Amino acid sequence: MNDVHALSGAYAVDALDDIERMHFERHLAECAECRHEVDSLREASGILTEAAPVAPPAALRERLLADIATVRPLPPLVQEVPRRSRRFPLLVAAAAAVVAMVGVGGVVAVTQPWEDGSSVPEAGEVVVTPKAVTEVLQAPDAESVTRTFEDGAKATVTRSVSLGQAVIITEGMADPGEGLVYELWLQRDGRMKAAGFMPKGPDNVVLLSGDAATAEAVGITVEPEGGSNTPNFESAVVIDFAKA
Amino acid sequence: MTEPRLTVAGDPQGSPAGGAAPPDLAELLRSSARGDQQAFAQLYDAVASRAYGLVLRVVRDPSQSEEVLQEAMLDVWRQAARFDSDRGSPLSWLLTIVHRKAVDRVRSAQASTRRDTTYHQHNQPVEHDSTAEAAHASMEARRVREALKTLTQVQREALELAYFGGYTHTEVATMLDLPVGTAKTRIRDGLIRLRDTMGVGQ
Repeated sequence: MNDVHALSGAYAVDALDDIERMHFERHLAECAECRHEVDSLREASGILTEAAPVAPPAALRERLLADIATVRPLPPLVQEVPRRSRRFPLLVAAAAAVVAMVGVGGVVAVTQPWEDGSSVPEAGEVVVTPKAVTEVLQAPDAESVTRTFEDGAKATVTRSVSLGQAVIITEGMADPGEGLVYELWLQRDGRMKAAGFMPKGPDNVVLLSGDAATAEAVGITVEPEGGSNTPNFESAVVIDFAKA
Repeated sequence: MTEPRLTVAGDPQGSPAGGAAPPDLAELLRSSARGDQQAFAQLYDAVASRAYGLVLRVVRDPSQSEEVLQEAMLDVWRQAARFDSDRGSPLSWLLTIVHRKAVDRVRSAQASTRRDTTYHQHNQPVEHDSTAEAAHASMEARRVREALKTLTQVQREALELAYFGGYTHTEVATMLDLPVGTAKTRIRDGLIRLRDTMGVGQ
């Protein structure tokens, strides 16, 4: 990406696609100048609404006021927990009722290295355009669960039942270690089925292989490079769709 | 309350123009965050016309627009405590939430249309009742129109397609026959000029 700063205007008016937005937001977290610029450009775009106000129907006001009576306002954001070093990867084993695992045959890792092409697909991998990812993220029935790890890393799984696919987006994942890899799994009826690998690097977007429509959860484990037949439960993190 | 209101209500008397000072939106947000439903109602009255006008421009279909505005305002209620005055005005914060919801709606509708061609014909455009909005030639509207004239044509078009059309900068580039990657610059330049002309956000 040539100049990420130049996206500030498009970001301010929601004119980025999901993946660009994710990237830019990561940049924003580190660039005070862009944050300031985005804020000021949003003031400017807001001005545009002065030109054509339209009174909404009164019934809408009534519905809304009835709604808020049943919804609790969120608490303010308080001081964030300081990030710890990302020396070692995963966290708390989630264990769950992860029992056995079924056939591995023909696992395909599906990744999209959109940025610099640094992660070259290995033999047997299928590279999917971001379009497939975007479709899942934008599906009307998309549901997401985010898991924040002890070291501050984050993994968000978004699934669309109608598309039968799930996407995992990670941020700040620790390196799994020399000769190791993060393997992804889809859990169905308590069993884990291999669903691909995370490429190297802390931040990734991966379309899981396999039918995600009926999956109950996504598992992430640390395995020797090349993957395992059965998940290493010691390292397992399970992200449960029931929490979507 | 059965009539749609056009005036910037929120001032307790509901009196149009003059008299009561405009409500302090930041204060209303703070009260809302503490669960004050009346403060929220005042906030709504103060911003509803601008927010709805925006949603309608993006979404077009009035019944969907109502849904979007309702969802967005419910988010505003839920997130009121997260408004940070260091980062801008309450109105800008609120319109950002509203705009994002509207854009999400048109993009997901678009995604499902692509997948399923039977999806009810683009939600057949319904003619929306524009009597209430007619000829709202307020000072503000004029000021905005004047400011927009300081933009180059391509800046203005790019900005309007993005903001009111809900298109991505890549789509805007194609629509305006611009080289890929330049629409984002036009959008940004246009916003900067608008910001500087209107003297906001500094």
